[in-house]
Amino acid sequence: MKGRTVAGVLIVAVLLFPLYWMVNASLQPSGALLRPDPAFFPVDGTLDGYRKAVATQGPNLLSSVVVALGTVLVSLVIAAPASYALAQLKVRGGPVLVFVLLIVQMIPGIVMANALYTVFGNLGLIDNYLGLVLADSTATIPFAVLLLRAFMISVPKELTEASRVDGAGYWRTFFSIIVPVSRNALVTAGLFSFLFAWADFLFAVTLTTGRSFEPITVGIYRFVGNQSADWNGIMATAVLAAIPAAVLLVVAQRYVVAGLTSGAVKD
Amino acid sequence: MTLLAPAVAAPPRAGRKPRRDNRFAAWLFLLPALAYIVVFFGYPLAANVVMSTQDYTVKSFYTGEAPFVGLANYAAVFGNPLFSTAVVDTVLFTAGSLVFQFGIGLALAVFFNGRFLGSALLRSLLLLPWLLPLVVSGAVWRWMFDQDHGVLNAALRAVGLDAVPWLSSTGWALPAVILTNIWIGIPFNLVILHGGLRAIPASLYEAAALDGAGAWQRFRHLTWPLLRPVTGIVLMLGLVYTIKVFDVIMVVTGGGPANATQTLTTWSYRLSFQDFAFGQGAAVGNVLILVATVFGLLYLRSAKATLAEAAA
Repeated sequence: MKGRTVAGVLIVAVLLFPLYWMVNASLQPSGALLRPDPAFFPVDGTLDGYRKAVATQGPNLLSSVVVALGTVLVSLVIAAPASYALAQLKVRGGPVLVFVLLIVQMIPGIVMANALYTVFGNLGLIDNYLGLVLADSTATIPFAVLLLRAFMISVPKELTEASRVDGAGYWRTFFSIIVPVSRNALVTAGLFSFLFAWADFLFAVTLTTGRSFEPITVGIYRFVGNQSADWNGIMATAVLAAIPAAVLLVVAQRYVVAGLTSGAVKD
Repeated sequence: MTLLAPAVAAPPRAGRKPRRDNRFAAWLFLLPALAYIVVFFGYPLAANVVMSTQDYTVKSFYTGEAPFVGLANYAAVFGNPLFSTAVVDTVLFTAGSLVFQFGIGLALAVFFNGRFLGSALLRSLLLLPWLLPLVVSGAVWRWMFDQDHGVLNAALRAVGLDAVPWLSSTGWALPAVILTNIWIGIPFNLVILHGGLRAIPASLYEAAALDGAGAWQRFRHLTWPLLRPVTGIVLMLGLVYTIKVFDVIMVVTGGGPANATQTLTTWSYRLSFQDFAFGQGAAVGNVLILVATVFGLLYLRSAKATLAEAAA
């Protein structure tokens, strides 16, 4: 019993070592990082890297927050009503649409980027927040529809029918029954949409030129390419960019589990 | 009229009217999603096919002129010596990543399936590499691969081995990006396979243990066959995702050195956004779509049972 726990801790320590190494490097002066033997602990720690990261990448972090929040908004506004229709109202062609959503998830992102670049070029959506939000949504909307639909199928029909009998239209039924009941699923879909848009590099690097704004992933990429001697600053930026993932792991796990269990409790 | 007509036509309409109303309302809820799919998937994909038959360059953006060249882009792409390099790299990258991600993920899933103190907490900690932005993971590994100051070479030197020129040698760069991608992919395999293991009834193991089956025999004759449907889904999904990996390679090696890590995806990016040969980039993209669709359909077939269950 105890032996397995020890082995488990060792496995986790080995697999998460790169993350420790990132934090370690983010706290050491750049000079120390270029010694032949690396220091395994940041004994002469410095926050210089974080100061530099905030100074040079602060605006980029902010841009990524804006893009990620925009993606969450667009994804949920489009996906939630569609999921309701697919899950609760019998739509002819519904199964076909579900199939299409499954298939489009398999289109390589580079193809979408290539195609959207020329389309956006004509529409003036290059270097544009809305353009990047709409592009990121190509990945999050199919995912959100499928996730929400799977959840909304389990909402008892009695609930929505009772609301209909009380004289509520579909629109009111959607807002007063479906949305509150699906809260956990909506939070889950929203969090994953946020995380995808936050982490997106492909659309960010192809659909922005860095002239008006630059998402953090592109910031790190150019940082690594330009001055790769400054690993302290790069790793501090990487730590900052990793924060949403860490927060999601701690906070959202509860939501994901809650969404699953509340979906299982039916009749 | 308005009072009489419903009374006369009441029986047939009573059954039909709510349904029609229903269908109309349902379509209104679907409309934004449908419009989005048409505009942001349908149109770009069609444009991509058209673009692959055009001589589309930077100039085309200003002049709007892109002469049709038939299949010349495809001929140029297939005739390019880089094509075979990209195909071989894509195959090696995908196969290498899949084999080890899956193997390690399965071993960890079996390990964490046992109940012990801290098992759930440790398992959720292992999700972190999966949730991290790929650019972050790529940057960290690039730092660890650093020839003179990286921790990997420091470890090799510590045990008396020679330092490896991970990212500057054409022989080592591909193993390096594969290693990075394996690390990123382990959590996904672990989570799905662990879910599959959970679904196998414990009573089967108890019965097998009573019959005197050892740990290996239980795995071989119980776990492995019962896990097969999940195994198929994990491998197929892994394949579809790995073929189009972009971020990791771009950040760790940028496709280099000397195209040693150039896959179809990074090559398509290079053709379009560095060489500005958009038509050729689109042609490579269409090859990728074809490959992804074939494996995607295979995946859907293998996942059909699961889907039917989910739709019920």
